[in-house]
Amino acid sequence: MESTNFVWDLMGRNLGGVLIVISLPLFFVLLYALIAILAELKISAWIQERLGPMRTGPWGILQPVAEVIKLLQKEDITPDQSSKLLYNLAPFIIFTGAYAAFAVIPFSEAFVPADINLGLFYVFAIGSISAMGIVMGGWASNNKYSLMGAMRSVSQLISYEIPAAMAILSVVVLASSMNMQEISRAQGGGFWNWYIFGGPGTWTKIWVVPFTFGLTIIYFIASLAETNRVPFDIPEGESELVAGFHTEYSGMKFAMFFFAEYANMFVVAAVLTTIFLGGWNSPFGDFMQGPWWGSFWFILKSFVVVLFQIWIRWTLPRFRVDQLMYVGWKVLLPLSFVCFMAISLFVMLK
Amino acid sequence: MSEKKRLDLEYSQLDSDRMRINVGPQHPSTHGVLRLEVEVDGEIVTEVVPHLGYLHRSFEKHCESMTYQQIIPYIDRMDYISAMNSEWPYVMALEKMLDIKVPEKVEYLRVIVAELNRIANHQIAVATFGLDAGAFTPFLFYFRDREFIIWILEKLSGARLLYNYFRVGGMAADIYNGFREDCLSVIEKVRKTNAEVMDLLIYNRIFIQRTANVGILTPDVAINYACSGPVLRGSGVAYDLRRNEPYSIYDRFDFDIPVGKGEVGVVGDCWNRNMVRMHEMEQSCRIIEQALEQMPMEGDVKANVPRRIKVPKSEVYMRAENPKGEVGFYVVGNGTDKPERLKARGASFVNLSVIPEISKGYMFADLILILGSIDIVLGEVDR
Repeated sequence: MESTNFVWDLMGRNLGGVLIVISLPLFFVLLYALIAILAELKISAWIQERLGPMRTGPWGILQPVAEVIKLLQKEDITPDQSSKLLYNLAPFIIFTGAYAAFAVIPFSEAFVPADINLGLFYVFAIGSISAMGIVMGGWASNNKYSLMGAMRSVSQLISYEIPAAMAILSVVVLASSMNMQEISRAQGGGFWNWYIFGGPGTWTKIWVVPFTFGLTIIYFIASLAETNRVPFDIPEGESELVAGFHTEYSGMKFAMFFFAEYANMFVVAAVLTTIFLGGWNSPFGDFMQGPWWGSFWFILKSFVVVLFQIWIRWTLPRFRVDQLMYVGWKVLLPLSFVCFMAISLFVMLK
Repeated sequence: MSEKKRLDLEYSQLDSDRMRINVGPQHPSTHGVLRLEVEVDGEIVTEVVPHLGYLHRSFEKHCESMTYQQIIPYIDRMDYISAMNSEWPYVMALEKMLDIKVPEKVEYLRVIVAELNRIANHQIAVATFGLDAGAFTPFLFYFRDREFIIWILEKLSGARLLYNYFRVGGMAADIYNGFREDCLSVIEKVRKTNAEVMDLLIYNRIFIQRTANVGILTPDVAINYACSGPVLRGSGVAYDLRRNEPYSIYDRFDFDIPVGKGEVGVVGDCWNRNMVRMHEMEQSCRIIEQALEQMPMEGDVKANVPRRIKVPKSEVYMRAENPKGEVGFYVVGNGTDKPERLKARGASFVNLSVIPEISKGYMFADLILILGSIDIVLGEVDR
């Protein structure tokens, strides 16, 4: 099998190559987070008929940089009665959870940091670590709001991982692989081969399209819940819980939460892109297809999904905690099971 | 011991306790420096105790050492969201004591500024209610529109928020050129944004789920607690002082009293209380339109009133329908230019007292929404 990581080809599998492979996604995350924060500021402003930041740099493009510098300068407070170790560890665990998921994300035909066969499973497992960080942070802060935010977060994550898992599982059934690179490769040749439209196949696949399309939406909704975004941002729930689990955090530790949220947004968007939107494939067959164009398409598609998340955030109100459970267990879960059954049947009959 | 028995034992030994949370006085959603002592059982609210006094400024005692005209700017600071409305009953009370007849033009001008301020107040009420539910965008839509109303009031009185515009027997300043056109264009904007917010927020499925059937205030409870304004009308009681006890010239206008109809949810829940405000904005627009048509544009805006007002030994209670409810001033004169006693009835204070009654058994997130639907302003609660 040809290598799927051109950096290793270039550097050889020595320590330097490994370090570069590790740090490439980190640079990407930091750069992406700055762009996403600016996008969030600007898009929210346009939705609300404002201008958004205009003064820091031309057209306000330095605003995220200024915000990061501000957070770096702020005093790092550890509450007196908190559990120091857990309190200080929590932001790093959350960021690790978000960042570690980048290890298997196929940015291009020729670049995936680690091409492992259980890629999807790994993304899913490592994503849950951030819940642990939230609980640690919420509990260790010794703040009642944080505690309630942490409790809500766990119940939310458990409820929404199952529909998301069903969506991922359906694609695994269709692609008969958990390797994200293989799944991407299977969807080549144009947008009608993407799994959102039933995956590659003849016209007989037409009756499975509603189910795969539905699963895409189910996964998107579940991913909103996993990243604690509106309308599922009840762990933060600023109107009742002040800031939820990160009420007590300030300075750089808060910035870690902040980065982790944006990194997580990209991770779920990347998974959605990979399993449903064709990964790094061009939507038009061989047009603009190739290793370099691949990374362009991948980042473009993922970013469009992120923009959707931002758009929803500034449009919808927030669910209440019991309604969120209702949507998770009684609406999304049965629907995802139905879709899974239908897709399994389709694969069996094929 | 069987497996099941052992589990039962373990559960019975589990200690589950209720948690007491201090919501406020520094909290993003208490609409000021209100402190709620909340007892929660998990997420369910079991007890709410409001603690007041963080913004107490001794308004009533202060008034006893000030002349009657000096009191007006202090009244602005009670309900600072709708200062125009609050000044009105006080000025009316003095005019009644002194038996002053104000010019026709002043009456119309008072109606217009009061209704404009009512719209501005309801815009903030609906906007912050949406914000409590997590919807940020309607909040900014309304603040953008409120700016146009503030500009009109600023051009009239010179101030953006605390107007000090009413005088005993008149107004501080006459209308400016183009006042009529400004008002009409604002009404147009208000209607346009209201239609937009209806789509974006009020009939949003999530918003309905959050607010309908939450914090139900039955009509008898509302009356027992002396609630007034949209809180009372949201419970289906069509009681509005502008109609039931017309003061000034409100009997000349054609307008409806919107009440909670239970279109979504049940009568008296948060959604219906909020909806009353949406409808009242439209009714205020109608009143302004009629007032602008009937208003005499010529003439003075001041009656003949001596510079130094001396109120005879008498007492009077004057009340008016404010955006937040019934606001009244009980003034006791003693023959000098300072009142012997001045008692203010704040609508927010009375409406707030119903919170412990209607928020028990709902979730913690609902408590914030119930508080938002009551629409309090702490300046008026504490005074």
